[in-house]
Amino acid sequence: MSLRQQEQEGQEQEGQEQESKVMVINSRFFNRSELIGFVTLALLLFVILPLALDIFRLNLVAKYLTYAFVALGLVLCWGFGGILSLGQGVFFGLGGYCMAMYLKLEASSVANTKIQSTPGIPDFMDWNQITQLPLFWKPFHSFPFTLAAIILVPAFFALIIGAAMFKRRVGGVYFAIITQAIAAILTILIVGQQGYTGGINGITDLRTLHGWDIRTDHAKLILYFVEVVLLFGCILLAQFIRLTKLGRILVAMREQEDRVRFSGYSVANFKIFAFCAAAVFAAIGGALFTLEVGFMSPSFVGIVPSIEMVIYTAVGGRLSIFGAVYGTLLVNFAKTSLSETFPQLWLFGLGALFIAVVLAFPAGLAGIWADYVQPRIDRLFASRRPKSGNGWTGPSVADGAPAE
Amino acid sequence: MLIGHQPKEFLLAVEALTVSFDGFKAVNDLSFYVEENEIRVIIGPNGAGKTTVLDLICGKTKATSGSIQFRGKELTKLRENEIVQTGVGRKFQTPSIFEDLTVFENLEISYPRGRTVFGSLAFKRDAVVMDRVEEVAEMIFLKDRLRASAAELSHGQKQWLEIGMLLIQNPDLLMLDEPVAGMSVSERVKTAELLNRIIKDRSVLVIEHDMKFVEDIAHKVTVLHQGQILSEGTMDRVKNDPKVIEVYLGH
Repeated sequence: MSLRQQEQEGQEQEGQEQESKVMVINSRFFNRSELIGFVTLALLLFVILPLALDIFRLNLVAKYLTYAFVALGLVLCWGFGGILSLGQGVFFGLGGYCMAMYLKLEASSVANTKIQSTPGIPDFMDWNQITQLPLFWKPFHSFPFTLAAIILVPAFFALIIGAAMFKRRVGGVYFAIITQAIAAILTILIVGQQGYTGGINGITDLRTLHGWDIRTDHAKLILYFVEVVLLFGCILLAQFIRLTKLGRILVAMREQEDRVRFSGYSVANFKIFAFCAAAVFAAIGGALFTLEVGFMSPSFVGIVPSIEMVIYTAVGGRLSIFGAVYGTLLVNFAKTSLSETFPQLWLFGLGALFIAVVLAFPAGLAGIWADYVQPRIDRLFASRRPKSGNGWTGPSVADGAPAE
Repeated sequence: MLIGHQPKEFLLAVEALTVSFDGFKAVNDLSFYVEENEIRVIIGPNGAGKTTVLDLICGKTKATSGSIQFRGKELTKLRENEIVQTGVGRKFQTPSIFEDLTVFENLEISYPRGRTVFGSLAFKRDAVVMDRVEEVAEMIFLKDRLRASAAELSHGQKQWLEIGMLLIQNPDLLMLDEPVAGMSVSERVKTAELLNRIIKDRSVLVIEHDMKFVEDIAHKVTVLHQGQILSEGTMDRVKNDPKVIEVYLGH
């Protein structure tokens, strides 16, 4: 910094202004460490994991990655915007159920269900003495409608919750509790309305997507790659939002809500946007979950899965887009291996992990990386290219934010 | 032919303003008028309701009754961000800036463009914005700190940054709550210089305890006591008002 100034002092006024402008603009889409993160993640997900793992394990990874979409949404909404939602399972579930309804209708053709007393409707409806397809199920015969619904239904739902809460200045802990209540309510509703939703078992026995069998190994491989491509799409979208002025307003809002308000912004609208964006990310994850795993049930909607999703984000680092993905993968690997060995202890372990991360490493794995590993890499680069100009890399929007 | 003179157009007209918190009237039937380009200082003992008056004007607190007209618009019915958009800027007593952002980003957020959700998504850092940010940064003595994190600034610099954030909004009415409180002597001098420069071409409403500072800048002084106006007029008049001496200046 001081070196920079000394350099500048010698220059003409005009040149000085020019240069400082260039330096302030310095907002490439990814800075160097982010680019390393992006390439590493791409290598891992596109090359290393598909080559190293058999199809069963790869499908497990695919299942874990569906939660990474939720974690990504939480980075935007909780990490940057400071809005803690403990009900992301609601949106994960809405996306998943939309997809499951379409797949179930396709699996319930008259030919497949001719032993039922009413052929052509999903099996669980037949078991519950329902003789006609309910009205709200009918549009899910259409694939384009289903795709639109996966995005729009959760977005609309989030819009209503967000508008009702944020316009009334409900925030912080109260908002978190309300989202948790909504998760509980939706679970009870799904379980209670067994004839329309499949109840506690959920919607099972899903077979084909637009005539294409999703249960084969080959299909699982293709779905994995589709998912990874979509994940990178969402990562780029999240990064785009982060780098716009909206991203900076989210950070500003997190610490000085009143100052944002008295700078002429409607804080509620920005919160609603962040919450809706997080909901849409979660819903995409949920829809993919249904495709990868082959069923959807209320056990992915309620309070426990919603809190687990927050833990993935916290462990990965709630301020880091890539951290959220790594955190999701790691916690889920640990969950799979440990919950088999110590089924009773696992939940305590998860709780302890959350407390430990919040107390000791508020920025999660990404924070540990930035504090201990990144400086070494930077030194490596610096020693290799001692005159790598442009020494200044702007502190990114959320670096070094205090823990809450 | 005009008979008499036409009623003067006030920039800000506060009339019969009352706010009560659980029966306690923090501001009680208050009326005052601020003209274009006037610098009005509000003084008064602690608890007189000075900050509450600013809170009421900027919408932070809702009035129980009464009206606040700004350029003919009724502010009591607007939300905070709408009041800002009509041209009222407010600086808080404790510096409220965005510490996680750089000085540049702090000023940029305050730049009055792209204030809607989608407007801010499409917002571009173009030459107009950059020039304005640099211009304001120079005015508030922070030109060489543009890329520093706002958290690294000293207390005085934070106060300047917040003043800069108001300045970049270019409000017609600027409200400052104790702008020199907690500043070192040299910072005070610089702040006075800064304020004297930025109060041109706009009306300013200042709360301040520093009498020397008040005398320097005030066109008119309003003395508040227990939510009501005790005295109003030029500094000389107010200083020699026996009521004012009794409750405030006498101490």
